[in-house]
This record gives sequence, structure tokens and C-alpha cells, in this order.
Amino acid sequence: MTTNPGGWRPERPEAAEGAAQTWTGNRALMLEQPLSFEIGAADRTGVDFEAANIGPEVRSSIPWEGAVDHVYYEMRELQRHRPIGLPGLSEPEMVRHYTRLSRQNYAIDLGLFPLGSCTMKHNPRLNEKVARMPGFADVHPLQPADTVQGAYALIHELARWLVELTGMHSVAMSPKAGAHGELCGLLAIRSALEARGDARQVILVPESAHGTNPATAAFAGYRVENIPANAAGRVDLEALKARLGPDVAGVMITNPNTCGLFEPEMIEISAAVHEAGGLVYCDGANFNAIVGRVRPGDLGIDAMHINLHKTFSTPHGGGGPGSGPVVFSAALTPFAPLPFVEKQGERYDLVEEETAGEHHASSFGRMVAFHGQMGMFTRALAYMMSHGADGLRQVAEDAVLNANYVLRSLDDLLDAPFGSSGPCMHEALFSDKGFAPGLSTLDLAKALIDEGYHPMTMYFPLVVHGAMLVEPTETESKAALDEFIGALRSVAERAKAGDESLKAAPIHAPRRRLDETLAARKPVLVYKEPDVAEAAE
Amino acid sequence: MRYLPLTDADRRDMLAVAGASSIDDLFADVPAAARLDGKIHGLPDHQSEMAVERQLGALARTNVAAGDVPFFLGCGAYRHHIPASVDHMIQRGEFLTSYTPYQPEIAQGTLQALFEFQTQVARLYGCDVANASMYDGSTACWEAIAMARRITRRGKAILSSGLHPHYVSVAKTMARFTGDVIEVEIPTLSKETDAARLLDRIDGETSCVVFQYPDVLGRCADMSELAARAHEKGALLIAVVTEPVALGMLKSPGEMGADIVVGEGQSIGVGLQFGGPFVGLFACAEKYVRQMPGRLAGMTVDAEGKRGFVLTLSTREQHIRREKATSNICTSSVLCALAFTMHLTLLGEAGLRKLAELNFDRALYAAERFSALYRLHMINSTFFNEFTLVLNLREARPVVRELAARGILGGVSLGRLYPGEESLERALVVAVTETATKEDIDTFVTALKEVLDDH
Repeated sequence: MTTNPGGWRPERPEAAEGAAQTWTGNRALMLEQPLSFEIGAADRTGVDFEAANIGPEVRSSIPWEGAVDHVYYEMRELQRHRPIGLPGLSEPEMVRHYTRLSRQNYAIDLGLFPLGSCTMKHNPRLNEKVARMPGFADVHPLQPADTVQGAYALIHELARWLVELTGMHSVAMSPKAGAHGELCGLLAIRSALEARGDARQVILVPESAHGTNPATAAFAGYRVENIPANAAGRVDLEALKARLGPDVAGVMITNPNTCGLFEPEMIEISAAVHEAGGLVYCDGANFNAIVGRVRPGDLGIDAMHINLHKTFSTPHGGGGPGSGPVVFSAALTPFAPLPFVEKQGERYDLVEEETAGEHHASSFGRMVAFHGQMGMFTRALAYMMSHGADGLRQVAEDAVLNANYVLRSLDDLLDAPFGSSGPCMHEALFSDKGFAPGLSTLDLAKALIDEGYHPMTMYFPLVVHGAMLVEPTETESKAALDEFIGALRSVAERAKAGDESLKAAPIHAPRRRLDETLAARKPVLVYKEPDVAEAAE
Repeated sequence: MRYLPLTDADRRDMLAVAGASSIDDLFADVPAAARLDGKIHGLPDHQSEMAVERQLGALARTNVAAGDVPFFLGCGAYRHHIPASVDHMIQRGEFLTSYTPYQPEIAQGTLQALFEFQTQVARLYGCDVANASMYDGSTACWEAIAMARRITRRGKAILSSGLHPHYVSVAKTMARFTGDVIEVEIPTLSKETDAARLLDRIDGETSCVVFQYPDVLGRCADMSELAARAHEKGALLIAVVTEPVALGMLKSPGEMGADIVVGEGQSIGVGLQFGGPFVGLFACAEKYVRQMPGRLAGMTVDAEGKRGFVLTLSTREQHIRREKATSNICTSSVLCALAFTMHLTLLGEAGLRKLAELNFDRALYAAERFSALYRLHMINSTFFNEFTLVLNLREARPVVRELAARGILGGVSLGRLYPGEESLERALVVAVTETATKEDIDTFVTALKEVLDDH
């Protein structure tokens, strides 16, 4: 037997060429994970249950008349016989499955997430803790009012913050996300117009608007027309005025707009729309740029949604849940949806269908079951209280400063289409002008992935060719911005120099570029076991 | 301030780079009339983490948490035990703090989990395909009605009287603006659902019949005939499921012929949360997939041929189609969908069936105990984990309040859900899940007897 009495082991790396491929397909910490359907089993579970109550042994020990035995028999008719096809995992397997999957995601926790118009700021963990307090998380929406006074109080307090911060008259809390908030605003506008016997048909939307604006207007039963932008990236006031008339119900304007610019003529726009008998909807997706510095109520708008999952830091969760409360002017307040919380003395009550008749007869009704996104309300209020009025103002200032810093650190290299018309707000817009032929915004974005960043918003707004919209947010340090600027400069230089290797990017991500055409042409939206899939071929 | 990394020195340096002499220069586009010079009045200044936690903790403690008392509320939101690992996993920063997966190369975690979610929802509902979630059950229900209009090009939806009244309200609100016709009646306190009565109302103008299973009074009915009659008349059957745990025991709506199945997923993994956020589930037959609203994760391959997932069929969606999109939805409820899929993966088929049996069992036990009381009767001859009691002599709303004063959250009074409907004001809907122990049920039954006897 050979022994190793000195305890020798290799301690220094030796230069050698490694194998490019591994047997598992893994690359050290980069771990592949099959689908749960490929590793689970129908009889495996990660949940144990206590024994049923009314088994024979329990039945004999309680008075059991058999009064509900007929239910037992009737329900047997509806019983499922075929297998559902839901393989289970034990807890250790489940934890590993989702931990491995999670590591294939980019996230704010990993790095700067400069997705324009999405306001990917840090999500404070205090908010998560507060939202999980049993008094907020483990409460049923239909509990008697006496048992949920604290929950109503929280909604009422958040509403007060939103009204103060926006300088508006009231707020509807129930909309579930931004687009749902837009719908809420447009339904209120339509109700107000109909209440005065005015069946206007058209909503005007700037060309630069987020896609939800025209989609929402159509969903609310309106015809959508575009209004053009001027050379400075703002709404063309004269063109707007020329189009206003008795058929125009209102406009939907994003301010700050999707080019990252404040609409300096917003007060004039509102006045012109009002004069023509219309109403003004403001998309509040970009409220982060102005919170604490500008109150939308001072701009003459009638309704605006606020994305709590943007400005007020509730986590985006990979695509929701969001929350989109809508603030209203006095003119639209009577038409706001049900339900809402009302305070009488020290007591809070929910105004629903039952009592709406007395207080709120013009309401356009209910948009959603129950009362909105409580789990987001708790987080947003914790965020607001943490910052306070002084901190929220600082949020806007730092967000705008960070964006301008990015803009001016790059505009010598990247084309900034509106860079000459003054400072930007909270996001910096660039175009692909000057890229070598054959290289695109997409190539630059994918190269940024290899640099360790989530790309900026690409190809939006539509008014700029190959648009790149960068929103750093206020929760990035100067050092973090400097590194990002360095990375972006590097890939921009490659794009301008015609470095064809950009086309291969990303090469270090968990996946190379994915074939979206194939996915759309032959949609595979659910897993099929190999034998089933083969039989279907 | 703990969330803001810039120092004053940073700000000075950065202003210089930005070519501004002060921060106000960067806000020069804001008209003077709209500029706030100082802080907003009436709002406090910033506070420490400890101070915020203390105040909000005090507010939370003024509520009665469901877990602290015998608890029997349902009607569209159900209390089930959520394994600790589910809440732990959704707090992984890579899930919690990521965005909608627009860059699939660095979002495979969310995309694969959504693909698994879609598969689970489709199988649970007995449908071909499912989407990656909606806001909640009530909005999913309206989107299904709108989808049926697009498919059939007809505008009349017939809603079962057993459909959750909030879902009905949402549909009515929306229909008022879209011009759809909604036909619906108030439920009657009979042991049968209105499935048979709906058959004759389906005609050549009907776009869809919307039927809840189990319904808001807890009753369950086979939908096969309804599906057959709807199809005969060129209409669709939309099934609504507010309690997905029931499908661990009951035949799926898809098996009975439903064309679109929607519902609430909150029961599995999400929790009560005072009504939101929840997660809407949406599934349908494959042939209708291009009319479906919402995000869809689909399987594909990458440039090296490796399997991967992307958001797909986005030509239905607002960011591409704008005013011609199938829906205006953008942000949906992905993190709740992840909680749902994690919990369901942990349960697996065997666990889900056991959970469903346990719910049915507890509800049977409670129903048996209530049937021994003289001052009420149960209307149901079918239920899963929820049934309706009619109090012989009293309105249910004050009884619910009196029970709450005794420390019992004892069901939902229909008087609250159907204000002004005298025929329903003595009805109490009681949900009994696996979280209610035998002792909880016994305490509730005894207390209800005392409250009714006292009067």
C-alpha cells in the first residue's frame, strides 16, 4: 500500500489546456436544470399531511348521524379518475430545482438593470418583512370591518401619501398594474363624458407612447389616433391643437415622456384639451423623475396611474405583480371605481356596492375582485415612510442626475438624438446612428450581457431609430455607473468599428441567442412526455 | 439615507460632468408654475428602518390574522398552508428582483418556471395550453369573455348565477364600455346549481356561457351538457374555478368540454394577502391560442441547439400590436405564478390529491356537525370545501360580527356580497380547509349554536 505520510497535495495551479465540454453540460457554478416534469414522479411529494378527521376510528368516537353521507355519494359522480400528470418533488429536490433556475436570471440584486421606463431600482428588504407580517399577509379580504381596521388604515394612509405627492384630489387603489390603471383612468374619463351626454370616440396618443396606451384605449372602446412629436422629442402642441375637436375624448400623455424628456408645454396641452372639452390622462410610469419636485396636479391633468412597482420600489418579480393606483382630479373623482376606504372619525370603512349609492352614485363600478394589491401597498408605504418627503425629493434628483451623468459620459460616442435640446430627466436616450453597417442595437445589447449587464430598453420609443433607453435609477452609486459607462463605451466602440464578433454575443450567458421565430412558428407552450410528443408527430 | 448611494461629493462631480451648476438646472424644463421649491407639506421626513417597522408592526397587530383564530372564510379567497420553502424560494433575489423576461439569454430561470407553470395549469384544468398568468381570477374571467367575443363574433355572454358576484361586477363594468351584453341572475338558495336552467337560454347570439365550478355557494355540477349545448349553438363554455385545490379531487372542466378555463390560483402558494396580489389562471384549447391574452412562455433552441425558453406569440401583445392587441396587459403576476408552481411541484399529484381529500373530509365533518343544529340548514347536496348555511331566523351579517367578537371568523354572509337581496341575507357561506382543525370546527359550531340560541 502506498501511503502519503507527508500529506502532499497539489497546491499550485499548473498550466494546462482544459476540456471545452463537460460530461454533464454544466460549467462549474453554471448548472443546467431539467424540467420538473423530467425529474419528478407522480407519487413523490414534498408535503406531509395530518390524518383525515372522519376516518372510521374517529367516526366511532363522535356523534355521527350520517347527515351528509349523501354529499359524499353525490360527489363521487364528479370524482377525477384519470391522472392529472403532475409530478412532485421532495423538498430538497424542489429547493435545488428552483435555486438552480434562479441562477439563470439576471436581477437588480446582481447588478445595474438599466431598462428604460421600467425603473429597476433596489427593492428594500424591510418592505418584504413588513408585507409578510401576519396582520397584513394572513388577512381575508371579506373579514368583518372590525377585524381589519389596521388594513383599511394602511390603504387610507398610502392613499393620503399618493394624493399629497401628486397634488391630485383622490386616488383609486384597486387597479392591479400600470395598464389596469390606464384602463381605470380611461373608464373614468368615458363615464364623465357620458354623464354629460357626450359620446366622444377618439383618444389621442403620442407616437412615442408605451404600447399599453393605445391598447388600453382600444380596450376601453375608443378609436386611437397618433399625435406627432416635434424635433425636440416633445408633443407637437400645434399639431395637437389642430386635431382637437368635439370628437376627441382626451389625450394620453406620458410625462416625463418616453424619450426621457419633460413636456415643458404640459400646462398648455392640458388647457387646450380642456378647452376643447376633452380630458387629460397622464401615464405615470416615469413619475420617479419628478416625485417630490413636481406635482402632476399642478400640470392640469385629470388622471394618472402610479406604478408602485416602479417609483415606489415594490419588486417586479420577473413580470409582476404590480400595482397601479390612479389619482384623479376633482372633475373625475365622482366616477372613480369601487371599492375604496373611507375614514369617519377614528373608524375606517370600505365603500362597496352596498353603500356606494349614498356616497358615490356615479362610480363606474368595480374593476377587480376585492380591494387591490395589499401586498404591494404595504411595501410601497414602508418605502415612502423610509424616505419621507425629503428623501423622495432626493430620489428624483439623484435619478435625474444619474441619467444625465450617463448621457454626458456617452454622448461623444453614441448618438443622443435629443441631447442637444437640454438635460434629460431620469433616462438617457441613444440611437444606433454611426454603427457599422450590419451591426444593430440588438448586437450591442447582447454584447452588454457578456459584460455582465442587463441591456437597456431596445427599439423603444419607436420615434428613434434603433433606440436605446437607459434608466440607471437613483440606487446606483457613481462607481457602479462608471463601470457601466466603461462597458457601454467598449461595446459601442466595437459596434462603430464594425466588430463582427458582436453578432455572436452573448457567449458567456446560460444560453446563446434564442430562436424566437421557431418558437412562434411552432409554438410549444406546455411540456409533453416524450412518448406523447412522439405519438402526436 | 440608506437606499441612496450618492455622496454630496459624488453629486458635485457628476453635476460638473452633466454641465449643470445645480440640480435645479436639470429640471429647467419644468414650468415655473409647477415647480415645488421645498418639501411637500403634510408628509413626514425620512425614518430609520426600526422606526418604520415599529409603526407598521403596530398597525398590523390591530388586525385579526386568520392564523390566530378559528377561520372559515372563502368565497374566492382560501386559506391553505404554504410550505416554508415556497416563500423562501420566491425571495431569491434572482426571481424577486428581475424584470419581465425580455432578454431570454439571462432570464431562463423565470422562463423555464413559467413554462412549467403553464404545463401544470393546463393539466389541472384539462386544457391544451395555458398562459403565464393574469392579474387575478376576476380579470381573467372578463378577458375570457372578451376572447369568446373575438372568436365567435357575438356579443352576448350568459353568466351563471353561481359565478362570484365580484366577477360578475367586473364583467358588467367592462361590458358597459365594450357594448357586450351580460345576462345574469341572482342565485337561489337551492341545492342545484343553475346548470340545467342555463341550457335553454343559450341561443344563436350567445358568445359564451360562464359557469363557476364549484360555484359561489359551494355547489358542484357536471358541465358536460352545458358544453354540448353551447357547442351546438356555436357558443363557447367558459369554466371558472376559484378554488383550484378542488381539482385535486374533481374532474377537470376541460374533461367536461369547457373551451376556456380561467380562475384564481391564490389557494396554491400565494396566501390571502387581504385580496391581492393574487394570480389569474387562464387556459384554453390549442386552436384558440392566438386569441389568448397575456404572456406566453414557449420552448425553442439557442444558437448552439440547446433547449431554451422565450416569450412567444407576442404579435398578440400590446408592445407590438398596440391598439390591435388581444389585451392591454403588460405586467401580470409572475412572482405569484412562481409561488403557485413551486407549491404545486412540492405537492405533486399525490400531494394535491391528499390535500383535496383532506379539505373535503374537514368540510364533511363540519357539515355533519352543523346539521345537528336546529336553527339553520345547509342547502348543499354537493360541495368540495365550502357550503352554504341558511339561518332560519336571523340575518347572517350580524351573526358574523357576533362570532368575530367571540374570536371566530365564521364565514362570509351573502348579505355582504349581494347587498339589498333579501332572499340571500340569511345565508352564510362557510369554507373549511385543511388549516381548520377538528377543535376549530367544534368551537365554531358551538359558538354559532350559542349565538343563534341567545337571540
